[in-house]
Amino acid sequence: MKSATTCLSAWLALAAAALPQTVLIRGATVHTVSGPDIASGSVLIRDGKIAEVGVVVKAPKQARVLEAKGLHLYPGMIDSATDLGLAEITSVRETVDIREIGDFKPQLRTIIAVNSASEHIPVTRANGITSAVVLPEGGIISGQAAVIHLDGWTWEEMAARPSVAMVLQFPVIQQTPAERTGPSERRIPYAEAKKRYEARLRELDDWFERARRYQRARQAPASGLRPDLQLEAMLPVLERKLPVVIHAVREKAIREALAFAERQKIRIILAGARDADKLAAELKAKDVPVILPRVLELPLNEDDPYDRPFTLPAALHKAGVRFAFATYSSSFSRNLPYQAATAVAFGLPYQEALRGLTLYPAEIWGLNELGSVEPGKLANLILADGDLLEVRTQIKHVFVRGKEVDLNNKHTTLYEKYRNRP
Amino acid sequence: MRRVFQIAAAVCSALAAEPPLVIQNAQVLTVTKGSFRGSVVIRNGKIAEAGEKTLVPLGAHVIDAGGQYLMPGIVDCHSHIAADSINEGSVSVSSMVSIEDVLDPEDIAIYRALAGGVTTANILHGSANAIGGQCVVIKLRWGKDARGLLFAGAKPGLKLALGENPKRQGYAPAQGRSPRYPATRMGVEDVIRQAFAEAKAYRQAWREYQDKVARGENAIPPRRDLRLEPLVEVLEGKRLVHAHCYRADEILMLLRLAEEIGFRVKTLQHVLEGYKVAKEIAAHGAGASTFSDWWAYKVEAYDAIPYNAALMLRKGVLVSLNSDSAELMRRLNTEAAKTLKYGGLTEEEALSLITINPARQLEIDDRVGSIEPGKDADLVLFDKHPLSSYAKVQKVFIDGELYFDRDRDLSARPEREQRRKALVEREREAEKKQPSRTRDRDTERPQ
Repeated sequence: MKSATTCLSAWLALAAAALPQTVLIRGATVHTVSGPDIASGSVLIRDGKIAEVGVVVKAPKQARVLEAKGLHLYPGMIDSATDLGLAEITSVRETVDIREIGDFKPQLRTIIAVNSASEHIPVTRANGITSAVVLPEGGIISGQAAVIHLDGWTWEEMAARPSVAMVLQFPVIQQTPAERTGPSERRIPYAEAKKRYEARLRELDDWFERARRYQRARQAPASGLRPDLQLEAMLPVLERKLPVVIHAVREKAIREALAFAERQKIRIILAGARDADKLAAELKAKDVPVILPRVLELPLNEDDPYDRPFTLPAALHKAGVRFAFATYSSSFSRNLPYQAATAVAFGLPYQEALRGLTLYPAEIWGLNELGSVEPGKLANLILADGDLLEVRTQIKHVFVRGKEVDLNNKHTTLYEKYRNRP
Repeated sequence: MRRVFQIAAAVCSALAAEPPLVIQNAQVLTVTKGSFRGSVVIRNGKIAEAGEKTLVPLGAHVIDAGGQYLMPGIVDCHSHIAADSINEGSVSVSSMVSIEDVLDPEDIAIYRALAGGVTTANILHGSANAIGGQCVVIKLRWGKDARGLLFAGAKPGLKLALGENPKRQGYAPAQGRSPRYPATRMGVEDVIRQAFAEAKAYRQAWREYQDKVARGENAIPPRRDLRLEPLVEVLEGKRLVHAHCYRADEILMLLRLAEEIGFRVKTLQHVLEGYKVAKEIAAHGAGASTFSDWWAYKVEAYDAIPYNAALMLRKGVLVSLNSDSAELMRRLNTEAAKTLKYGGLTEEEALSLITINPARQLEIDDRVGSIEPGKDADLVLFDKHPLSSYAKVQKVFIDGELYFDRDRDLSARPEREQRRKALVEREREAEKKQPSRTRDRDTERPQ
């Protein structure tokens, strides 16, 4: 009986800890990101938000005080492109929900396919990633991306933005299929690939034209229009309420994507743009932000400088292009900060790297409540025992929407279990 | 311009061949003998001396490291770069084929790995078959021919593979192919046991023949079997077994099977569930060459944990970290740093995972893997501590020769870019004269 009560009280304590609390983090080096660092600062968390930031902040009654001397406080990191919740074991088709069949599927929503029980989520947040953009990948218009917080019992609770952008895979001349369906998949001749690509470009323009006609028909009084869910999903894009993430890797595709955006008068965000350095001036002039391709990647072309992927963020920064870091993965999402570290080693100023993990993605995705340590923002905060970008640094505490989350995960559980094997 | 380069190259090679080289004022991380601020003296491609105070030999070429970090060249125990093909996937026992026959010295991955500080790599056959092909150890001597890459004196290897990959052809054959035995982990064990039983009978036939010859009797030699010969070499300890594996059950199976047959598994490769059977691995005496934190890309990698290397090491296993990827190969130093974070290894232990430990696993630790007098002068100069996320490789030496120099790489870029542009222009002109010339060729290229 006694152990049952102990159990119960332990559970109650845990349950209480799981509720948004009033917490005063005291004596940490506060990296506000938006402003200067505070050498020994305090941050008060109340009702899930940052209530106060300063050198001296008084602890309200009943507030939990977390002594953080020697620790570094940062805003939680945002991974700007992931499969989190959509892919559990990449080689097992049954556990992967990234690509739907069909070329034009704007009505698809990634948010409802996010498996909140995925083992990847606690593994990722244990390294300080508190929010992530989840992108679909199939066809030409793949569906709608979502922003999730890496905590919640259901996808609904995790959602920060159920629909943050439309995702478009810009057509390219492709001699090998994007997704291999079998090992004997044949390479198609160049002429045929080019024809296919031209047809897809036409289809894409036609699709937008259809959507515009639908929009006009819908506005006409008593037209007897039957609703079309696919075209209906395009309306926020046409109204410029929803940006379009255009996945375009090489120079030609990026150039064409920029022209397409101009023609269609849509707001765009580029993703995967490995040749963005070649078009940096244009991207700056048009104020098109870039979700960086993986920094830790092989160069695109055989004759590229060996460090071209490492120097891309610095090149974009120098040209004044807005950017954010991303992993395009679920199992590697936890390594997000090291993409930024390599960018620093190859020329990106440190503060810019930090912003590319926090404030810049918040701005690019329109998440005004995130990205810095400032009063009024959501309390997505992390406490580390050193520089966030150093591999050896340990993450000690993670708060998501003001709630301290459990850092245990599948990996720590297996570690403890087998470490203690006799 | 070209003449100047030729003269410069001639002068450089003359200097490299003759006078000693001294790398001064470096933070030297020997890996096996501690760390110090001092110098390393290189003579005839070997480390002659390493210490806080060394004399500069007369006429020596001196490099001032300016306090930067000098460590032994990184050894990657699992790579597939510099190979024209890696899987002879048509049969379950393909021990007759060898990576040595298909080495490609022009693979750009060699240069890129060099620029990440790797100087030695174990180039393995793929994992499509229970018994794969022969493996070879190379040094990343970019610019040399295929023969020039070989690590002379390193023992050759043989690839074995367990689990999902070797059974895939059994349950999900490629289009147009019939299923190939095995289709289960049971079958994988059987294929290996059968092959080694054949190899033993083959060895016996040769022994009987040699005995007869020794006795002066008339004897007909057995027919040579190139498939079984490498297995006999394994039985005789002349060839090292590198076994691709993931799950604890299959790891244990192989250890017991090897003990039954009578050989030692030299390295378990990937070995992502090695932490579950660490004491059995240690008792067998197998090395473990694993990833730092790859997981969830297949079912057998779902229980992979980033603590694997540290856990196995703490339980007495000889552990290394490998890349198995041309990309990861560029940053094995920060992969090693992950073991500081996951499992709390010391800096020296972390560095040993990519230097002396893989060298021991490949039985080349008398030559490479640490900074000690007598060893090959395979050295990497980093601008910061190699376990820092910000560390960049500045210079890489193999056998005392400079194979990568970041400054040289940077200053050569404008000229290289010009040459590239000229080539593209020439192709464009040719295309105009003879349309679709390049494209036809492109489509004809085999996959």
